[in-house]
Amino acid sequence: MKVIRILGKSFINACKSLVRNLSLSLASITCTIITLILVSIGLLISYNIREITKNIEKELTVVIFMTKDATSEEVIKTKSDLEKIDNVEKVIFTSKDDVKDRFKNDEKWTSIISTLNEDDNPFQDSFEVVVKNVRDINETVTTIKNMDKIDTVKYGENSVNEIVSIFDTIKTGTIVLVGGLVLVTAFLITNTIKITIFSRRKEIDIMRLVGTSNTVIKLPYLTEGLLIGILGSIIPILFTIFGYTLIYSKFSSMTVSNIIGVITLASPEGIIYIASLFLLMLGALTGMFASGIAVRKYLKV
Amino acid sequence: MIQVLIRVSRRANDLYGIKEILKKYFFLCYNNYYKGGSLMEFIELKDVYKVYKNGVTGLAGVNLKIKKKDFVFIIGHTASGKSTLIKLLYREERPTKGNVSVGGIDVARLRNSKVYKLRRKIGIVFQDYKLLPKLTVYENVAYPLDSYGISSKEIRPKVLAALEQVGLSDKTRSFPHELSGGEQQRVCIARAIANNPKLLLCDEPTGNLDPDTSKEIMDVIEKINKELGTTVVMATHDKDIVNRMKKRVVVIKDGLVDGDYLKGSYKVNESD
Repeated sequence: MKVIRILGKSFINACKSLVRNLSLSLASITCTIITLILVSIGLLISYNIREITKNIEKELTVVIFMTKDATSEEVIKTKSDLEKIDNVEKVIFTSKDDVKDRFKNDEKWTSIISTLNEDDNPFQDSFEVVVKNVRDINETVTTIKNMDKIDTVKYGENSVNEIVSIFDTIKTGTIVLVGGLVLVTAFLITNTIKITIFSRRKEIDIMRLVGTSNTVIKLPYLTEGLLIGILGSIIPILFTIFGYTLIYSKFSSMTVSNIIGVITLASPEGIIYIASLFLLMLGALTGMFASGIAVRKYLKV
Repeated sequence: MIQVLIRVSRRANDLYGIKEILKKYFFLCYNNYYKGGSLMEFIELKDVYKVYKNGVTGLAGVNLKIKKKDFVFIIGHTASGKSTLIKLLYREERPTKGNVSVGGIDVARLRNSKVYKLRRKIGIVFQDYKLLPKLTVYENVAYPLDSYGISSKEIRPKVLAALEQVGLSDKTRSFPHELSGGEQQRVCIARAIANNPKLLLCDEPTGNLDPDTSKEIMDVIEKINKELGTTVVMATHDKDIVNRMKKRVVVIKDGLVDGDYLKGSYKVNESD
């Protein structure tokens, strides 16, 4: 009962103080809002990058070209050998005749293909291999390369690595920016609480002298920081939930995403609620941490 | 089976009772012999030195014992060390050397986080009243109790009793700025005694008041001392009051006890 009374009073005092120093409180809340919106953007970008990377990895296939002199028996043997490899998920075979037919039917290539003899075929038999685990792709490729009658093995290792490294840079950049902003926000909240403490110095002094416990003296200031953090996280949370859902619905209706294929936005359900919870926690913790610093530094009891 | 259980529980209860009695006994012994004070010595200062960070000496080896229910004046010139002494008693300052004990609490070794426990047993009256301007008289007196987490129901009778004691029952709804200096000081006294403290420390309580009002305030404090049995330690340089009240007087000079006079044996001369 006593604890509830003390907590209730701290809460009321914190609210009063927020209103009393309205301009400063608003500044702190605004700063928290901006920071948390950026945190939210950072989170959404990171999440999407992860999802896109996953998609790219899923789409990643190894293309194997057999040597031209490979006989049909050898092709069949290679296929079964490929299927035996642990990391191989699926093997799709395309014969050189199929490729020739495909080109023959393509208007652009018809004239060139028609110059060839019926028996001539410049193409090679090929396999498309989907791997189970992209991380082990290099080992799998080495195994395939060592097999007989294999001409070339191609997979988009360079482009994938490039994309992933760009994404990593974006991620690191976002983390650094957000980290810096969290610090700035914490500093601003510390300052707000400091001013509250100074403006109530007389009252604190009296509280100390009449035997109020340190916890009870400090609690309203910690609550105030917490409140600033929580109030500052409301708009970013709304932004995350509604903003992202809106962007997602707009983006997915555009044809662009279909062309690019793997680069589509991740569905909102998977991220927005967790992100919102994270923003709330981050806001509250930053507020508490900042006011904790102010109380430690300026509130000598 | 049930009877056995009852017997066992009774036995346990007896043992618990004995344990409590032993605890109390040892506590008394501990207070008596190890903390170096008899039960009658409510306040004890042993070889107390206080040197401030800037090198100024507040106290230079003070020894003083004050019994329960005593009324003691601490007098001396400005910067003689009397305020330092009062501050040591409510642990606003820590002694540089020596022991300070108040009601069995070793004040010098009291941790910062536990100071509030000492202050809840002490009432303090200040020269500048230290009232909160935005709170009414009632709220000002209730303020400390409220901050201890006591319920409003329990606070009310205590506050009203304290206000009656100082004769301000009709001013509960006034704000400090609507009161005279003497009335404000009475509110401060009411706040100090609302929690029934064992000790009332007064640091120049009449410093800002005219002689007549000072007399009124002193009457109130004397009444508290007599009726409630509260020990009173008062730092003052108001000669008239000291002469008139005829209480024990401790003279502090240059941070040392220059004289300790029993009730009525001290007379301040005009030249002092």
